Amino acid sequence: MASGLTVIFGVSRIVNFAHGSLYMLGAYLAWTLVTSLPRGHLGFWGGVLGAALAVGVIGLVVEMLLLRRIYRAPELFQLLATFGVVLVVQDLALLTWGAQDLLGPRAPGLRGSVEILGLRFPLYELFLIVVGPVVLGLLLLLFHRTRWGTLVRAATQDREMVGALGVNQRMLFTSVFFLGSVLAGLGGALQLPRESVNLHMDLAIITEAFVVVVVGGLGSLSGAALAALLIGELHAFGILVFPKITLVLVFLVMAVVLVVRPHGLRGKPQPAAHGVAAAEPMIGAAPPALKLAGAVALLLAVALPPFLGDYALTVLTEIAICILFAASLHLIMGPGGMASFGHAAYFGLGAYGAALAATWLGVPMLGGLAMAPVLAGIFGVVFGWFCVRLSGVYSAMLTLAFAQIAWSVAFQWVELTGGDNGILGVWPDGWAAPKLAYYYLALALCLGGTLLLRRVVHAPFGYALRAQRDSALRAEAIGIDAFRIRWWGFTLAAIAAGVAGGLFAYGKGSVFPTYLAIPRSVDALLMVLLGGVQTLSGPIVGAIAYAGLQERLMRLLEYWRLVLGAVIILLVLFFPQGLAGAARFFWERRHGDA
Amino acid sequence: MATLEVEGIQKSFGGVQAVRGVSFAVEPGEMLALIGPNGAGKSTCFNMLNGQLRPDAGRVRLQGRDITGLKPREVWRLGVGRTFQITATFGSMTVRENVQMALLSHHRRLGQLWRPVARMDAAEADALLARLGMAGQAGRPCGILAYGDLKRVELAIALANQPALLLMDEPTAGMAPQERVSLMALTAGIARERGIAVLFTEHDMDVVFSHADRILVLDRGALIAEGAPQAVRNDPRVREVYLGSGATSGH
Ligand SMILES: Nc1ncnc2c1ncn2[C@@H]1O[C@H](COP(=O)(O)OP(=O)(O)O)[C@@H](O)[C@H]1O
Ligand SMILES: [Mg+2]
Repeated sequence: MASGLTVIFGVSRIVNFAHGSLYMLGAYLAWTLVTSLPRGHLGFWGGVLGAALAVGVIGLVVEMLLLRRIYRAPELFQLLATFGVVLVVQDLALLTWGAQDLLGPRAPGLRGSVEILGLRFPLYELFLIVVGPVVLGLLLLLFHRTRWGTLVRAATQDREMVGALGVNQRMLFTSVFFLGSVLAGLGGALQLPRESVNLHMDLAIITEAFVVVVVGGLGSLSGAALAALLIGELHAFGILVFPKITLVLVFLVMAVVLVVRPHGLRGKPQPAAHGVAAAEPMIGAAPPALKLAGAVALLLAVALPPFLGDYALTVLTEIAICILFAASLHLIMGPGGMASFGHAAYFGLGAYGAALAATWLGVPMLGGLAMAPVLAGIFGVVFGWFCVRLSGVYSAMLTLAFAQIAWSVAFQWVELTGGDNGILGVWPDGWAAPKLAYYYLALALCLGGTLLLRRVVHAPFGYALRAQRDSALRAEAIGIDAFRIRWWGFTLAAIAAGVAGGLFAYGKGSVFPTYLAIPRSVDALLMVLLGGVQTLSGPIVGAIAYAGLQERLMRLLEYWRLVLGAVIILLVLFFPQGLAGAARFFWERRHGDA
Repeated sequence: MATLEVEGIQKSFGGVQAVRGVSFAVEPGEMLALIGPNGAGKSTCFNMLNGQLRPDAGRVRLQGRDITGLKPREVWRLGVGRTFQITATFGSMTVRENVQMALLSHHRRLGQLWRPVARMDAAEADALLARLGMAGQAGRPCGILAYGDLKRVELAIALANQPALLLMDEPTAGMAPQERVSLMALTAGIARERGIAVLFTEHDMDVVFSHADRILVLDRGALIAEGAPQAVRNDPRVREVYLGSGATSGH
């Protein structure tokens, strides 16, 4: 049950991916303990509790070593750092427990099932259905009836005030984090008799938690509890009745709730962000040196390839695709001022659009490439409507949740998408089959798309995006409908990512669920952040640097996630303003402040 | 017909009654000052007039049309320009671009994806800026402007949609005394020339008494006096709650 995790999340407002990893570790540790301890009640329940406590301690270490140091970094970077933790833990789990799914023993005493209304309900499911509300009730009591709970609630509303009251905030947050970790570990451990333990559990649970928080209403404890119950029960019963479409069911519930109550079940309108954000720098014409560099790079990109081998051409094609992908994300992150942790959804949907059109409808390549942005755009419109209603980190969480839902559908709907095996044989038509021809096609479309996006940024629409980012108050006061502008911006970015995804599908000849998985979203995020959010050339430079680097990394290292995760964490710890910010800092120091 | 008619608007925040039943009207070309000590409810009134806040009770009519509860952007489309007590401009854009945004929005061209902004409505923006004495600053980023200049940019933005009503919340805060008087003289000139009704708040009594046609005095959410500057100046209740012992600032 995700409930405990969610409640902590709602209360402490510490936005965090690492909870997902802790949940997964809970399950793995419980597996190890339960299978090595003697069988029976003591062995099972002792193992489950032991795992929860061990996870609590791990959480404590993570908090003290990492999170505590980055509370003052921009929220986006905090999120990114916790994602680094997710990557590292994934590889550590892979190292320790291997890649195959692990099956745990049944819970002693709860093995049977009962029949209700003609359906068979396993006892253990019923047990979980009861445990969830009980844990929730205890938490509510804890938060509302104890001094500690009151302090935590006060701290989430006004950290400074609690600090002024002489409360040791550090201890307070550390204790919240410990409790959250224990609950996450317990949640994971309790899944053991129910489903196999695997490496996908972390992101799956995080998605669920985000959805719960958003449905419940931001910052509302009772709302989160209510939503956790709703979604939890939906899952518990849904798995029994419609095992395949539980996620879609959850999505539909969220959609209905947000349409009827835009701020969630119990949420209030979010207060405007405190303080004025530092003014974003201007976007001007590119300086001559940069224009020259761009022209030279373009010349090389056009003139050099005929002399290159197939392998180099494949890499160059991928880099071209990365550039468009990164540029599309940059549109929403830079001018739009929104963060997306799920931009790969639209890239992957583009790839699936092309592949599905090719295999099921038998359309030629150009038709498939046209289908890519259409499918991505449709989902951009639908998902975007939800994501752009919220702001800041909550919006970013929702983008992640949608990406995860899209991924699960691609993964689970085996009849249509081939599931994990993907769709094979998506090859270009004859004329584009040679690697060189396909490279030129990709280059033309990707550079064309990127330049188009650039044009949009300089046009009134791009200015309107920036306007609502700079000052929502002023934008509204001069007749700009910020919601609509953000929505269309989101859709436009989805369409561009779809083009990139379609090209990627034909370039690889196949499509897999990993194309829309979270790591690919993070790839895009890193490209944009590496290059710098503030400049238009940033995503281009970032894409080239990152795509090249990762290609190297993946070829050389088996445990690339570990390395990548560590790099992300170090980056956030030592360059909280991003590489571009660091570069500017050094540049300005060297040249004296203008 | 009066440009703006306000009828018994009220607003409370939690237990605090910020505005309790305020009614007044502004005529075309009139400069109406809304004064009162800090926390009297002036900004809250403004927020209810342009749709930022929905009044708990009461009606707001613009040129005879009920605009109560409309969104700020809808109110703006009907011809209401506004400046904020704490300036709100687009920091990543130049002064000219800030004004261009208002013009583009007024001409409903913000959906355009192709033509660069640099070539759209720039001359009109420059003309407006020149009128406010900001021609020299047009190319500077708003993020680095002095506070007084930002107030002028806000005024230029507010004038861009040919408003019938101008709401100015402390338009001269942060300016030097002479600058205040000259900005308000300029505003009054434009208002009379174009028949714009102006409602403004101001702490500087020199500015108020030299430029307001009429004055409203607000205290703890309620109107306690209304009339010509001389009458208000001599009103004993006003002297008591607001002017105190002859002070010229409402702090
Ligand atoms: N958003 C708000 N929430 C709660 N109280 C508010 C809010 N806005 C204003 N107030 C309160 O309403 C009263 C009037 O404030 P305001 O309209 O800003 O006064 P003025 O502009 O005359 O200085 C004050 O007591 C202020 O604290
Ligand atoms: Mg005020």
